[in-house]
Amino acid sequence: MNTSSDKVIGLAEAIDTFVVDGAHISIGGFTINRNPMAAVYEIIRQKKTGLHLYAHSNGQGADELIGAGCVARLEIAYAGSGRFAPTCIRFKKAVEAGRIQVEDYSNYHMTLRFTAGAMGVPFLPTRSGLGTDIVNKWGFSEEMRRGDSRLPDRKLHVIDNPFNGWADTAKVVLVPAINPDVTIIHVQKADPQGTTRIDGLPFADVVQAKAARHLIVTCEELASPGSLREDADRNQIPFFCVDAVVHLPFGAYPTACYRVYDYDPVFLNRYREQAETESSYRAYLEEMIYGTCDHAELIEQIGKDRIRAIAADPDTGYAVGLDRR
Amino acid sequence: MTDENQYTLKEMMAIAAAREIRDGDIVFCGTGISMLAAMAAKHISAPNSIIFFETGAIDSQLTEVPMAVGDSRVMNGAAVNGSLADAFATMQNRITGGQVVGILGAAQIDCFGNLNSTVIGDYDHPRVRFSGSGGAADVGSFVSRTIIFMQQQRRKFVPVLDYFTCPGWIDGPDGRKQAGLTGGGPEMVVTDMALMGFDDITRRMYLKGCYPGIEPEQVLDNMGFGIDISRAEPVPGPSETELVILRERCDPQGLILTNRRRPPAG
Repeated sequence: MNTSSDKVIGLAEAIDTFVVDGAHISIGGFTINRNPMAAVYEIIRQKKTGLHLYAHSNGQGADELIGAGCVARLEIAYAGSGRFAPTCIRFKKAVEAGRIQVEDYSNYHMTLRFTAGAMGVPFLPTRSGLGTDIVNKWGFSEEMRRGDSRLPDRKLHVIDNPFNGWADTAKVVLVPAINPDVTIIHVQKADPQGTTRIDGLPFADVVQAKAARHLIVTCEELASPGSLREDADRNQIPFFCVDAVVHLPFGAYPTACYRVYDYDPVFLNRYREQAETESSYRAYLEEMIYGTCDHAELIEQIGKDRIRAIAADPDTGYAVGLDRR
Repeated sequence: MTDENQYTLKEMMAIAAAREIRDGDIVFCGTGISMLAAMAAKHISAPNSIIFFETGAIDSQLTEVPMAVGDSRVMNGAAVNGSLADAFATMQNRITGGQVVGILGAAQIDCFGNLNSTVIGDYDHPRVRFSGSGGAADVGSFVSRTIIFMQQQRRKFVPVLDYFTCPGWIDGPDGRKQAGLTGGGPEMVVTDMALMGFDDITRRMYLKGCYPGIEPEQVLDNMGFGIDISRAEPVPGPSETELVILRERCDPQGLILTNRRRPPAG
């Protein structure tokens, strides 16, 4: 939260300021769309460690943060990048090797948890997950939870409907609120004050943004001061929620940004292959992430032809006929 | 075995599921073959069915296969681009949720149609880790009926799930009520050999029918638990019309129907 009028800073400074080692963070987007990838890569370059990541289905961004060793603990519903990686590969390897601790929820649970954080209530109820191991098995033990003031004592809690059978419901699952230290989202437009406009599906970005103590917004287009107010119905996040505005063309690459560019199938297919072994993954990190000083250099390395191939068609918002094999 | 020159088992599966979708159904789609089934149904037998994704896109007019439910392609021609909160509320809402049919898949299934998409082995020290629930637990908890895609393999049809991710009929006739869940449950399992239903009384899986060239014994040989095969009736193969629609209108690039992969770049 910040009420000043100009919050435009560089990405390296924004990450250095708001993403400290051990921070509780969440990132926007969904699977292979509008992940704040430039910010993810900057977190990796700055070698942040011990992060506690809250995710619903933040496929590519979550996988890269985990793969690079930035994440210690993960609360997540779904770690997949669609057809490119039905289970995210670095996530899978990290869990199987016991390198990260995981707590599983459903996508609705995580959405409600961010919503509770945004609303300022301790929990929200749902009927989802009754009778399943999502309720019965906990990844973070009760001892661990009790010993960490930044975690709720319980993963979740099932209670009888206190309104008896009202709304034809006998029991509900209560899921605890999340208030991340920092949320990072990538959007199509923001102004220097922080007013933010997302085109297309917002996923859960808006509640993730409002639940956070600090919010970094990276944007394709930095709108001139006041211009987004001319069509305020289309803006989702009020400027006072925002701490940093970073102008970052292709900031979601290699994931998609609706109406601007598609995901890059070449990058994502190659990532899947390179993620398979420790040595090829290390080579990927050295070449693409540590070997580039910032996102502009990474995009330059990808080359004009591939960037041109994923340019969004103005009518559909994606690259029609793109070879996605 | 199936005559590969006529159709593939993947095509058979997509069409078998498409035939289960009724006109007017709101179809919750995941990634992959479930999207094709929903697209095919819209072109063949259920023109007024509604394709809807957990990401919040309602009544998408898919002209290219989305590679994920977050793909920008799910926004094409949508009536509403909602949020995750809207999408799951639509299913939890008793009024709208009753019209939703969910299409799911998993790593393991048991005889009551409960699903595991989380781990193989012990949860704390898994031998194999999968993606996790995503929206599956939500869908299984809320909607009126589900159709489940599975590979017909002994290690996937198991007596006891390694992890119980998504509720089906739980443990029988009263399972859902005891757990606090209402709504329906699994209606059909679509595999690469056969279709299974769930008994109206016991809620146990039974064999509904085998694809052309498959015998019930072959199905049983590829399951880790026994099921009633006495009610099995032959499942007709895809018609010419169904195949043309599936191949030419739903997945012309063969992104899901074939496993072609681009060779590594560079």
